Amino acid sequence: MERYYQPEIECASREQIKAWQDERLVKQVRHVWDNVPYYRKKMEEKGLTPDDIKSTDDLYKLPFVTKADLREAYPYGLVAKPLKDCVRIQSTSGTTGKRVVAFYTQHDIDLWEDCCARAIVAAGGTDEDVCQVSYGYGLFTGGPGLNGGSHKVGCLTIPTSSGNTERQIMFIRDLNATILCCTPSYAAYIGETMKEMGLTPDQIPLKAGIFGAEAWSEEMRQDIQNTLGIKAYDIYGLTELSGPGVAFECSAQSGMHINEDHFIAEIIDPETGEVLPEGSKGELVFTSITKEAFPLLRYRTRDICMLTREKCSCGRTHVKMCKPMGRSDDMLIIRGVNVFPSQIETVLLNHGYPANYQIIVDRVKSTDTLDVQVEMTPEMFTDNLGEIDRRQKELVDGLRSMLGLAAKVTLVAPKSIVRSEGKAVRVIDKRKI
Amino acid sequence: MNIKQISVFLENKPGALYAMTGVLAQNQVDLRALSVAETKDFGIVRMIADDVYKATTVLKEAGYIHSITPVLGVAIADVPGGLNRVLQVLTDAKVNVEYMYAFLGGKKADHAYMVFRVENNEAATAALAARGIKTVEQEEMDTL
Repeated sequence: MERYYQPEIECASREQIKAWQDERLVKQVRHVWDNVPYYRKKMEEKGLTPDDIKSTDDLYKLPFVTKADLREAYPYGLVAKPLKDCVRIQSTSGTTGKRVVAFYTQHDIDLWEDCCARAIVAAGGTDEDVCQVSYGYGLFTGGPGLNGGSHKVGCLTIPTSSGNTERQIMFIRDLNATILCCTPSYAAYIGETMKEMGLTPDQIPLKAGIFGAEAWSEEMRQDIQNTLGIKAYDIYGLTELSGPGVAFECSAQSGMHINEDHFIAEIIDPETGEVLPEGSKGELVFTSITKEAFPLLRYRTRDICMLTREKCSCGRTHVKMCKPMGRSDDMLIIRGVNVFPSQIETVLLNHGYPANYQIIVDRVKSTDTLDVQVEMTPEMFTDNLGEIDRRQKELVDGLRSMLGLAAKVTLVAPKSIVRSEGKAVRVIDKRKI
Repeated sequence: MNIKQISVFLENKPGALYAMTGVLAQNQVDLRALSVAETKDFGIVRMIADDVYKATTVLKEAGYIHSITPVLGVAIADVPGGLNRVLQVLTDAKVNVEYMYAFLGGKKADHAYMVFRVENNEAATAALAARGIKTVEQEEMDTL
């Protein structure tokens, strides 16, 4: 039988959801108008005042917010509450070195954790469960979000964070973890490691997994489910909006319910910005209608997606989004970390390398690999192998601090990276997702 | 007292060295010594050519990145302990050897030649000369 964390919300009528959204949107627009000069200016430029937004039917009138806005307003420009009311930041890497910093009041964290709790209950979690959170803790939202959700559900929570796979497996086995939260590629890696240890699915106590922060295919889901002997559920979110839990999968495992009492979803044409009818493929845009500290109106996610309001077998009434089908920008998600080619370019130039580079992304044994190929130049070349090695290590360190991710650097022969006539082919993504 | 070593950057992949020696062969460059220092991804080919100017010009034209490093060409008596004696001299002079490799085709039967990359060419040359060990000049390349 399907269980819900907040049944009166998750299974509310469409009319009720629309009524919540109308009321909260109007309030939110007034809130940002009053408290965020950046928004007020953007609205004024479109000739809008809060009175023009009377319901969700007027949403299309509002200007979009993009990652460029977040960069321009960094760090406090979009904060809608006095800092004394804010209790936390979370952060994700952004383009050209500037990070996205999102602010939370205690109330924001509370609602965010509710969203994560809904996902855990939808995956079958109860207070009888032992939930191991193997997402990174810290600035990354994955660990803190699911940790809070797990507490709300009443699960015994194991905050292992990411890494140290042997210890992960030890806790899963010794403490009989039943739910695993991490990136799908890390889940697959844990699964493969357990298989190599000779463990069969029936010897693994896990029954469900909540996996997100990166793209994964149906085939990968089947693999993970078979290796670990679990049901694997997808979860979606962005730091800009709160973190994981913006949308989550239910027992139907066919798309993720968007928490519409907190977020209004739209699909737009990424070229024209025009709102597309339900069922169309386009760019996903979110408006956070309950966030106090860091509300975003019509935030362009750059994720290409489709929405459906078809009745779901789980009983939930909130709209479902499919797995993101691609990006309308050049962002890569590698091991759950957002990476823009421009960030890599910045590091290369800072280290005296030319802007002739190629980024090769692959997935080896379920783990994403990032190989940055750079052309050797006469200026960089020396007969001293140790010196070249030292510079290469400096570059690897520079990339790690910019991206928060280990990358491999390969020096290649001059002119070996293909020059194209038009847009340079900077990224070769060999992953089969 | 130095000879000029040409160092070339090559990717560590099949055919890379062949392509480079092809360029030299087409241009009639004669190699006297060659050694490869490699990492997993790339290598540095170090070589002594009869005509440094011609070799570097044709390599550059073919798109190779190179550098010139002054190294020592040392005549070593072709008897047991010959190399040991040279290293003894350098050790006594506290000169560190970064790398070394053998010289091809010494035409004088009583000597072998080796290329030494050391920290301090002057100190090494002086120490070797003081002990009667000959270092080779660039101009002698043809006669060896």
